[in-house]
Amino acid sequence: MPDQLIFAMEVTFNGLLNGVMYALVALGFVLIFKASGIFNYAQGVMALFAAMTLVGIQEGRVPFAHLINAMFGTHVHEFGWEVPALLAILLTVLVMVAFAYLVQRFVFRHLVGQEPIILFMATIGLAYFLEGVSDLMWGSEIRNLDVGLPQGINDWIDSTTFEALGYGFFIDNLDIAAAVIAAILVMSLIAYSQYTKNGRAMRAVADDHQAALSVGISLNYVWILVWSLAGMVALVAGVMWGSKSGVQFSLSLIALKALPVLMLGGFTSIPGAIVGGLIIGVGEALFEFAVGPLIGGATENWFAYVLALVFLVFRPQGLFGEKIIERV
Amino acid sequence: MLDNTSESYVTADGRTIGGVVMEMRNITLRFGGVEAIKDISFDIREGEIRAIIGPNGAGKSSMLNVISGFYNPQEGEVIYKGAKRPPMKPYQVARQGIARTFQNIALFEGMSVLDNVMTGRLNHMKTGFFAQGLWWGKAEAEEVANREKAEEIIDFLEIQAIRKTPVGRLPYGLKKRVELARALAAEPQILLLDEPMAGMNVEEKEDMSRFILDVNDEYGTTIVLIEHDMGVVMDLSDRVVVMDYGKKIGDGTPDEVRNNQEVIDAYLGVAHD
Repeated sequence: MPDQLIFAMEVTFNGLLNGVMYALVALGFVLIFKASGIFNYAQGVMALFAAMTLVGIQEGRVPFAHLINAMFGTHVHEFGWEVPALLAILLTVLVMVAFAYLVQRFVFRHLVGQEPIILFMATIGLAYFLEGVSDLMWGSEIRNLDVGLPQGINDWIDSTTFEALGYGFFIDNLDIAAAVIAAILVMSLIAYSQYTKNGRAMRAVADDHQAALSVGISLNYVWILVWSLAGMVALVAGVMWGSKSGVQFSLSLIALKALPVLMLGGFTSIPGAIVGGLIIGVGEALFEFAVGPLIGGATENWFAYVLALVFLVFRPQGLFGEKIIERV
Repeated sequence: MLDNTSESYVTADGRTIGGVVMEMRNITLRFGGVEAIKDISFDIREGEIRAIIGPNGAGKSSMLNVISGFYNPQEGEVIYKGAKRPPMKPYQVARQGIARTFQNIALFEGMSVLDNVMTGRLNHMKTGFFAQGLWWGKAEAEEVANREKAEEIIDFLEIQAIRKTPVGRLPYGLKKRVELARALAAEPQILLLDEPMAGMNVEEKEDMSRFILDVNDEYGTTIVLIEHDMGVVMDLSDRVVVMDYGKKIGDGTPDEVRNNQEVIDAYLGVAHD
């Protein structure tokens, strides 16, 4: 087999796994958009906040340490204990649920029936607010996140491909773990929304508020539920990206990468988010591999956005988005 | 002739009408300076078909919205099952066993007929959040039991053929029927129908009338309906409330109402001097 083809295969494989990571972030957007019609600009910051909180709890840091010290002249920074990863994740989930409740109680409950653009603006405000809160709560240093996920090169794939092709593929264990977790997450989300009472209530609220009320669904309850789920997806994305590149401010920028994914997959489709993520992941990896050297490289920075633009022109609802059918 | 006690009686066609299940007392509803409903009182007996009629803009839909909690009246009381009902959100009213349909059809367009009907069962599903998420313990049995009930209602209204079709694709007449199915799935004590036959042709109207009578007969559901087609109203209902300009101008059996001079004036128009 020619070397070029083997490299292309490796690039494709890595692109796929990268695409899964993009899809993870995009999922959070789709969830909230489907159930409340809100495009949640704060999704990326929620991932940052979730990851920060997880690290903070794990390392036993005192939340708002700087604030407390400044106000009371104390010097507390750490509790002096370490929380096991699993317990820390559970506690973080609780924090995200509390966050969902507060968002609903203090922001979106007052904006019921407003234009989508108003709700969107509110999420922008929420993003900056949450960014400030995570800074104040946990500080702005870069932290290492380790919840015990496998890391480093996968030896089995390396040796197998070496034997078969004479060239060992470099595939990170973390990427494989991310793919597996994403698959489980997506399947459970789909099952949840299709076959359970609350899932059905979520879809009902997304479809028609009045009709939902008339069958006895509490809008507030469903919205809190949706924001909690989005918070949990943000946590998963935050853990994955945080393990990969450290927990730091730039984590919130991964949201930008989710935008082209959403335009490809459609804002309303969970499978769309996955497929969109994979296409972008593979597309940008292969494009960089094939065309990058000819035009000086660094095509990953813009390829996804150009692809999204093309899609916007030819298929604005995305690959899997709901087509707007009006009966006249 | 009806007396005003709460004792039950048997109709000419052999159905038993029970005591008063809901009573509207001096309801007044205002939107800003406009009085949509002016000091209206009437009662609804268990098991009866109660119609609200009146010319356009008489306040019929507003009245239905008061009953279903979408509007809260400024004055007056709603007595439900003998107790005064505090101001409530629509979803709380729905949980008390009052289901409704809408004049302009409010279905979940993106969901299948079956899923739409299943949403009507939501309040009969009690499993907790986590059990559902994991399909733990009772969750599965509950889903199956409720699914059975939903299928039963789908059979009853003869919409088996479109069970899996997304509602958005259905023609108007069928949508109306699906909406009735969803309301019925909640097994309500009181079913509110806002113009169930608006925009239908004669055949569809006959079908719908038959379903309404069957529902009342089979499940003993109390039905409150708003309808414009006088022929239909007079055939279906046990008692009729007539509204005009937000006021009640008549209340009684179809025959009584038909011969009420004020009602005739409202419908045919009368020269004011």
